[in-house]
Amino acid sequence: MRTLKFLLRKELLQIFRDPAIFRILFIMPMVQLLILPLAADYEIKNINLGVVDHDHSTYSRKMIDKITSSGYFRLRDYSATYTQALHAIEQDKTDLILEIPSQFERNLVKESESDLLISVNAINGVKAGLGAAYLQGIIHDYNQEIRMEWIQNLRFNPLPIIDVTSTNWYNPNMNYRVFMVPGILVMLVTMIGSSFASNNIVREKEMGTIEQINVSPIKKTQFIIGKLVPFWILAITVLTLGLILARLVYGIIPLGHYSTIYFFASIYLVAILGLGLLLSTYAQTQQQSMLVSFFVTMIFNLLSGLYTPIESMPQWAQVITWFNPVSYFIQVMRMVMLKGSSLADIEHHILAMLGFAIFFNGWAILNYRKRSG
Amino acid sequence: METEKVIRAKELTKKFGAFTAVDNISFEVAKGEIFGFLGANGAGKTTAMRMLCGLSLPTSGTASVAGFDVYKESEAIKKNIGYMSQKFSLYEDLTVTENISFYAGIYGLNDRQIKEKTSQLLAQLHLVGEEKSLVRSLPLGWKQKLAFSIAIVHDPAIVFLDEPTGGVDPIARREFWSMIYAASARGITIFVTTHYMDEAEYCDRVSIMVDGRIDALDSPMNLMKEFEVNSMDDVFLQLARNAQRIEG
Repeated sequence: MRTLKFLLRKELLQIFRDPAIFRILFIMPMVQLLILPLAADYEIKNINLGVVDHDHSTYSRKMIDKITSSGYFRLRDYSATYTQALHAIEQDKTDLILEIPSQFERNLVKESESDLLISVNAINGVKAGLGAAYLQGIIHDYNQEIRMEWIQNLRFNPLPIIDVTSTNWYNPNMNYRVFMVPGILVMLVTMIGSSFASNNIVREKEMGTIEQINVSPIKKTQFIIGKLVPFWILAITVLTLGLILARLVYGIIPLGHYSTIYFFASIYLVAILGLGLLLSTYAQTQQQSMLVSFFVTMIFNLLSGLYTPIESMPQWAQVITWFNPVSYFIQVMRMVMLKGSSLADIEHHILAMLGFAIFFNGWAILNYRKRSG
Repeated sequence: METEKVIRAKELTKKFGAFTAVDNISFEVAKGEIFGFLGANGAGKTTAMRMLCGLSLPTSGTASVAGFDVYKESEAIKKNIGYMSQKFSLYEDLTVTENISFYAGIYGLNDRQIKEKTSQLLAQLHLVGEEKSLVRSLPLGWKQKLAFSIAIVHDPAIVFLDEPTGGVDPIARREFWSMIYAASARGITIFVTTHYMDEAEYCDRVSIMVDGRIDALDSPMNLMKEFEVNSMDDVFLQLARNAQRIEG
C-alpha cells in the first residue's frame, strides 16, 4: 500500500510538472468539444443549385423561389440549356441541376401533370442523396400547394394521399449536437485512456527507468495500478469538464442521472486503460506505441457508431462492434443522455465492459515481465 | 578462515538462440568485497549482472545472491540489492529530493528514515541548495553520484554497478570511487563493471570476461604477477587480444 502511495505521488508529480501534457490533456479536448460538434453536423446545407428553366412562367419562378428560400439551396447557376448547366457541374460550381421543361405551367394546368428533371453530382454521396431528397420534398410540397389552389372547391380530394406524419422521439428537434457531443466526449476520454497511458510506460522503457523499477521489490500489479490510477483520475476529470461544457455551451442535460454515466465511465476507463497498458507491454518505443494506439483508436472510433449507425453496417462489421468497448460507451452515453436510461437498462453494457476490463488488464499483467528472456 | 559469500555463481550460462552471451561462468564474491567485473564491450558482463539481479533468467547453471536463488527467489533478491544501470536511470523530470524519497519509499523506508536519508545525502553530495532542482539540470558527474547514493539508499547487502563512471571526468571518477570505498566500509558488497583499468586496480579482486567466459580471476596484484606485466591495462590487453567476438 505504501509502495503504491509513492508510485502514485511520483506519477502525479510528473504529469503535473509537464506543461505540455497538461495542455494536451485539458485544453485540446476542450477546444475539440467546442469546435467539432458545430462543424461535424449531418445536416446538408448550402447545396449549390443550377436551374435550367425553359418555361419562364409564374409557376416555374414560384417554384424556384420556394426552393431557394428553404435555406438548403443556393442558386449558383442559371443556364439556358442543359449542356451549359452540366458544364457548371463539371466545373464544380453546382451540385445539382433542376431542369424545368417548357410548357411546364401549361401542362400542369391543362393536364394536371408535368415532368421535372433532377440531375445530381454524386461525387459526395451523402450530399447528393440528401440534396435530391430535400429537393423532391420541396417540389412535393409545392405540388400540394398548386393542387390546393386548383381543387379547393372540391369537397373531396380526387387523388387519395397517404400523409405520413413522423415524430422524433428522444431528440424531438433532431438536434445533432445532442447526438454528437456525448459521442465526441467518449472519443476524447478514450484517447486519454489508451494512448497517454501506453505512451507513459513506453517512455519509462526508453529512458531506462523501467529497469530501475524492475530491479526493485515493486510488484507488477502495484506498478500497473500505479500507472492506471493517475490516468483514470485524469480521464474522469476530462469527462467532468466535458459534461460541464456540454451543459453550459450546448445546454445538454442528461435525461438520466449523471451517476449512471460516471458508474459506467469508471468501468469503461479501467478497460480502456487496460488496453493502453497492454499495448505498452508490446511496444518498445513511443513511436511504436503512438502508431499502434492511433490505429486501434481509429478503428474503434469509426466502428463505434459515432459517425455512422451500427445497424447499417454490414453484418461482419456489426460483429466487430461487439468487441469494441467504445461502441458500448457511446450507446450508453446516448441512452442516458437522450432516453434517460438507468443502470438497469444498461445492465448488459456494464457486464460486457466488466468483461473487457478483466480481459485487457489480465492480459496486460500476464504480459508485463519484470524479468526478460 | 572462510568468509561469508554473498554471491555464488556456478556454471551460469545465458544463451540467446544460438548465441551464448554468458558461457559457463563460476565465481564467488565475499561479503564487503569490491569485486571488479571486467571485459571488452560485448563480452557478456551486463548479461551476467542482469541474471544476478533477477532481471534476466539464466539458461542453465545455478546462482545465489544474498543467500537467495536467482530462479525462485528473485523478488527476495531485489529487496537486498541495489542496482545502477549503464543508462542513467533516475527520473530526470523529478527533483533531487523527489527522486530520493521515491526510491527510498519503494524500498520500504518510513517517513522519518526518508527525511534523515535525504538530508544526509544532500550534505554528503554537496547538493544543499539544489534539492529542488530537476535532476535533468545537474551535471553528469553529480547525477552519477546521486544515482549511486540512491542505489544504496536502503542499505542493501550488495550493490551492482554497471559501468557507473562512463563518460565522467577523472575528478568526478575519483570522488565516485571514494564513495564506493565508503559504502564498502559500511559492509556493502560492491559488484562493479568497468572499462577503466585504473579503476580495476581499486578493486579487491577482478574477473576478466572474454567471449562470455571468465578467463582470469584474482586480485589485481596477483594478476599482474601472473601475466608478468606492470599494469592491469596490459593484463587486459593480453586476454582481450584473443577474443573471437567482434566488439559491439
